[in-house]
Amino acid sequence: MSVSSNETGNALLSVRDVAKSFTMHLRDGVILPVVNDVNFELFAGECVVLGGPSGVGKSSILRMVYGNYSIDSGEILIRDRVSGEAHDLGAGDPRLVLDLRRDCIGYVSQFLRAVPRVSALDIVAEPLVSRGVDRTVAAEKAAGVLNRLHLPEALFDLPPATFSGGEKQRVNIARGFITDHPILLLDEPTASLDAANRDVVISMIREKLDAGTAVLGIFHDQPVRDAVATRTIDVSAFSARRAA
Amino acid sequence: MTLPEYNFAYLDEQTKRMIRRSILKGIAIPGYQVPFASREMPMPYGWGTGGVQVTAAILGPDDVLKVIDQGADDTTNAVSIRAFFAKTANVATTTKTADATVIQTRHRIPEAPLSAGQVIVYQVPIPEPLRFLEPRETETRVIHGLEEYGLIHVKLYEDIAQHGHIATTYAYPVKVEDRYVMDPSPIPKFDNPKMNGSPALQLFGAGREKRIYALPPFTHVVSLDFEDHPFEVQKFKQPCALCNATGVYLDEVVTDDRGSRMYVCSDTDHCETRREEGHRGPGLPISGAQTVKEDAA
Amino acid sequence: MTSPILSVRDLERRYGDFIGCTDISFDVWPGEVVAIVGESGSGKTTLLNCISGRLDRSSGSIRYNMRDGRFPDLADLSEAERRFLMRTDWGFVHQNPADGLRMRVSAGANVGERLMAIGDRHYGEIRHTATEWLGRVEIAGDRIDDKPVAFSGGMRQRLQIARNLVTRPRLIFMDEPTGGLDVSVQARVLDLLRGLVSDLGLAVVIVTHDLAVARLLSQRMIVMKSGRIVETGLTDRVLDDPHHPYTQLLVASILES
Repeated sequence: MSVSSNETGNALLSVRDVAKSFTMHLRDGVILPVVNDVNFELFAGECVVLGGPSGVGKSSILRMVYGNYSIDSGEILIRDRVSGEAHDLGAGDPRLVLDLRRDCIGYVSQFLRAVPRVSALDIVAEPLVSRGVDRTVAAEKAAGVLNRLHLPEALFDLPPATFSGGEKQRVNIARGFITDHPILLLDEPTASLDAANRDVVISMIREKLDAGTAVLGIFHDQPVRDAVATRTIDVSAFSARRAA
Repeated sequence: MTLPEYNFAYLDEQTKRMIRRSILKGIAIPGYQVPFASREMPMPYGWGTGGVQVTAAILGPDDVLKVIDQGADDTTNAVSIRAFFAKTANVATTTKTADATVIQTRHRIPEAPLSAGQVIVYQVPIPEPLRFLEPRETETRVIHGLEEYGLIHVKLYEDIAQHGHIATTYAYPVKVEDRYVMDPSPIPKFDNPKMNGSPALQLFGAGREKRIYALPPFTHVVSLDFEDHPFEVQKFKQPCALCNATGVYLDEVVTDDRGSRMYVCSDTDHCETRREEGHRGPGLPISGAQTVKEDAA
Repeated sequence: MTSPILSVRDLERRYGDFIGCTDISFDVWPGEVVAIVGESGSGKTTLLNCISGRLDRSSGSIRYNMRDGRFPDLADLSEAERRFLMRTDWGFVHQNPADGLRMRVSAGANVGERLMAIGDRHYGEIRHTATEWLGRVEIAGDRIDDKPVAFSGGMRQRLQIARNLVTRPRLIFMDEPTGGLDVSVQARVLDLLRGLVSDLGLAVVIVTHDLAVARLLSQRMIVMKSGRIVETGLTDRVLDDPHHPYTQLLVASILES
């Protein structure tokens, strides 16, 4: 499960020979290939953008790196910043994935999955609380991030189920950015934001990069992409459907 | 024509041996409910069939029997059972606590302290102290077996929650020798302390429920309670209206149709004995003869 | 924590020739919630009853990590030890609250019973703790002397939860805890459970046929069909990328999010 550090070099994330397909058992076992031979590395302080047309597998790659999708073959190695040890998240051990999510990988999904009756503030503070940060300290920090994203304070104590798309997305972003995970996955974080908040997110991403966070993201928004990307990977190169 | 003879004390000898074995087992394990093959008796359940079978099993020709019901020797139940054994066992009977060797009781322990050599037989309607909280016999057996007695305190908790104090006044549960929780039968909790360390042998018989249990002499019997709501017995504001006794259990007697009442000893023998000794309560009518006698003295 | 709190290996339960569950192996770790999902008759309740010591197994091992560091098979514990575990270190939340409550004694006594069972003999303290726990499950303090028969379904379920948690157990078994409740009431109970489980760091094994419940409460999922485990894994992985045909059917037919 763990690989010595010199194999992965300094990359925080190494995706090696990863293939993914869906077997649709309800459709007579049709196999739907997604990606093949995915190989890339992600280093501290860079923002790698997954590019390519819609449906090419960009979100699937993010989900695989987060452990939300399993992989058919290959390795997804996550390097522990402290010990230098690399862990293969792709092997799919649930407890390892949970540990890595808590300590190494942050994720801002496209949509906030609302939890009934939990306030926006608590949703944002939760990743800190689960890492043992005091509740009050976590709540203060959460309020700070939400303020920065211009979420009205009146909404802090309300569950986001009734929020607008943009408000929900800002809660989602705040939750992803509140921790100092070495790897941050962003799936179109600015899709439903106005220009002012988009700029806030851009500067928040830049601060993360300055702090050495490795960012892997999907940005359909050209100005955002231009503002943060240090490198682009064309996912079409991995697309299994191209060959199929 | 002669009537067929009863066997001594009504029950046949095999049955008495069976009951004695259960009694001995009960004595060996104080507070443990021993099942026994309860017989039909010539009286209805609820009239003391359990106590009667225990008494029948232990009675010998030389015994002197006293039977009380709620402390009284002269109620229907007490009179009938006394007459039953006078007829079937031809034993001597008495109302004097001190003279009796066997005392069968329904719902009281006599006020006069019992002494070594005496046996008191309690009539028990429901032997299982946990029954109203846990209806399953299989479960209550396991609870006793494993000493999981938290449940019994639930009952006391409910009392305090509802009444502000432990309002259970009779059949107040006790723990025997720090092991078995036991129902002392529906005696007033006033009598509970008398069970602790008593020099007399105490036997309990439940006919309908087919259980016998026992407290050998000098058994440690503690009434259950909470640290902040300790066990207390009933206290009476006034002495017995007839014999002026204090520190005894009193019955309320309504004396007319206008609500007048007086409080008198529930233990009729105790009350009579005290009056014979010259104690006089405030409610005692001033009899002419006595007045003359006192005047003459 | 470096070792599981509960470890199940090759568990099988038969009812004569019929298989209740078989070939079951999994671990539960401290502080995690594991959901067992499957349709009626898939063996999930049989499995839950076996691992919680409420039903005898036919074969296999079930080991529990005791507070004193021992890690014995439940079958090797005495009945007294097993029952002691059940009312101190474990909890069991039934689908029907009436199965887990004493309906004829007050809410306070229902919560206090476990305390009295472990030897608490101070009425004032028992009542204080009971009041506190009623508050945590959002039952008003002035209902403490009411009997559960006077409670709504949701309140009864919350009372059952408080009754289970008052001794600070480490492992809770739940059998469809929201199964009998109205949808509006379910959300409140679920949310309450979610909060308590994370606050208290409980390990939970929850049986449910409701994938939304599994997603909300659990980190890991076990999917059962015909008495066997057909798929296990991280809850969001199983739900978002189901592999087994049966799991795909479950996800396709129940979940639309």
